Amino acid sequence: MKYLAEFRDGEIAQRMAREIHQITTRPWKIMEVCGGQTHSIIRNGIDQMLPPAIEMIHGPGCPVCVTPLSLIDKALAIASQPGVTFCSFGDMLRVPGTDSDLFQVKGHGGDVRVVYSPLDAVELAVKNPERQVVFFGVGFETTAPANAMSVHLAKRRGIKNFSVLVSHVLVPPAIEAIMSSPENKVQAFLAAGHVCSVMGYWEYPPVAEKYRIPIVVTGFEPLDLLEGIRRAVIQLEKGEYNVENAYQRIVTYDGNQEAQRLLAEVFEVTDRAWRGIGVIPKSGWRLNEKYREFDAEERFKITGIHTQESPLCHSGDVLRGAIKPAECPAFGKECTPRHPLGATMVSSEGACAAYYNYGRFISTEELATAGK
Amino acid sequence: MCLAIPGKVEQIDTAGDVRMGRVNFGGVVKNVCLDYVPEVAVGDYTIVHVGFALSKIDEQSALETLELFRKMGALEEELASEDETFARAADQPQSACPDGSCGTGKDLRTGMGAEKEASK
Repeated sequence: MKYLAEFRDGEIAQRMAREIHQITTRPWKIMEVCGGQTHSIIRNGIDQMLPPAIEMIHGPGCPVCVTPLSLIDKALAIASQPGVTFCSFGDMLRVPGTDSDLFQVKGHGGDVRVVYSPLDAVELAVKNPERQVVFFGVGFETTAPANAMSVHLAKRRGIKNFSVLVSHVLVPPAIEAIMSSPENKVQAFLAAGHVCSVMGYWEYPPVAEKYRIPIVVTGFEPLDLLEGIRRAVIQLEKGEYNVENAYQRIVTYDGNQEAQRLLAEVFEVTDRAWRGIGVIPKSGWRLNEKYREFDAEERFKITGIHTQESPLCHSGDVLRGAIKPAECPAFGKECTPRHPLGATMVSSEGACAAYYNYGRFISTEELATAGK
Repeated sequence: MCLAIPGKVEQIDTAGDVRMGRVNFGGVVKNVCLDYVPEVAVGDYTIVHVGFALSKIDEQSALETLELFRKMGALEEELASEDETFARAADQPQSACPDGSCGTGKDLRTGMGAEKEASK
C-alpha cells in the first residue's frame, strides 16, 4: 500500500541502524510515548537493532490502558442497564473492571456493540429512538476530533438518545508528569505522530525548554521510528534540547486547525485520573457546559462504585516506564491476553500485550548475553 | 488506538451536513468523514483514524524523506574496509538473490517489509 511499504524497507532500516551505532557514544534512555509506536518497535525488533547503550522506555500512550478502573466499572454498570445500547471500540471489550468486562456483560444479555467510528453510534441512535445509545469515548488527541464531531452532530440534529462516556487524555501533561517524577530516567521523547497530526507541535517547545529534553515528532513505520531515534540521539550527544519534526509528510507545526476548532467548541480541560499512574492535573478533556447534556456520566449518574485493582498487577510501573513487562512477576503466568489482570495486557497498544504477542519473555539484555 | 492508516480518496460526497468520502485502503474501501480536511480532493492520500481523515499526506515531503533515508549510511558503505564488508556479509543469511531484485531477499534478511498491511 502506498506510504506504508516504502517506510518498511529492511535494507534501509539496517543502514539507518548502523548510522545510529556510529553516532552513539554514551548510554541514553529514550521514551516513545505512544503505544502504537511500542508495538511497532517490538514487532519489528527495532530495539534489538539499536546499540545496547540505547534503551527504549515504553510510555503511557495507550488510552485503553490508562482509562481509570472506576470509569470502566461505570461503563459496565451503564452497559448492563436495560434499554441501553453500549458502543465501544473493540479493544475495550476485554479490559478488566473490578468484577467483569464488557465482553461478559454482553454474554449476560447486555446490548454491547463494537463500532468502527463514533459516527456509527450516532447512526444507531437515529435508527433506535427507543434506546439510549452510549458511546465509550476513550482516547488521546488523535481520537478526540471523531468523538467531538459525534456530539456536535447529535446536538445539531437534535438526537436526544445519544451520549458519550468521555475519558479523553492528553499527551503534553503526561510528559510533564513523567519528567517531574523523582524516579524519572527518560532523557528524550519521541512524540506521537498521530496526536501531532491533530494538535501540531506548538505545545512542545516550552516543555523541551523547561526539562531540557529533546522531543522528536515521530511516525510509526520502522524507518520513521529509526529516524526519530537517530535525531534524538544526535541531540543528546550534542547536549541540545530542541523540538524536531521527523514526520513531515503528516505533521505540521500548527496541526489540524479545523479539528482544533471543534475540540475547543466541545471540550474543556479537566484533571484526569490515569490508571496505574494517578491523577494528573489538567491532563484530559470533558464535555463543556454547552454539550454537558450528552455526557453519559451526567445522564446515568452511576454511584456506589467500589473499585479494586488486582494486587498482582504491576501495570502502573510498566506505564511509567519503571519496569519492562517481562519484569512483572505475573507476566505470562497469572496474566496473559486470555486472562488479563491489567489493561496493558489487553489493548492492541498495551506494552504487556506487545511483549507477550511477540515472544519477549526475557529482557533484551538477557537475550544479548544468552549463549555467551 | 492512535493508529491512523493512509488511504486514497476516491469519491467525495457533500450532499449531507458532513463532508464524507470513499477512501481506499489497499483494496478495502470505507466511508470516511472529510470535514477536518477541506483541502483534500479526489486522488489525494490522507491518513484516517476511526473513520475520520486527519491530515493530507504531503507527497513531496514523503518522497524527500525516503530519498534521505536511502542515502543514509551509503557513504559509510562506500568507504567500508574489506573486513567490515565481510563482517556485514557474515551477519546476513544466505540469499539466492543478493541484490534483492527478485523481491524476496529483502524480506528474508530482516523480516521487515513482509508485514501485513496495518489495519484497524
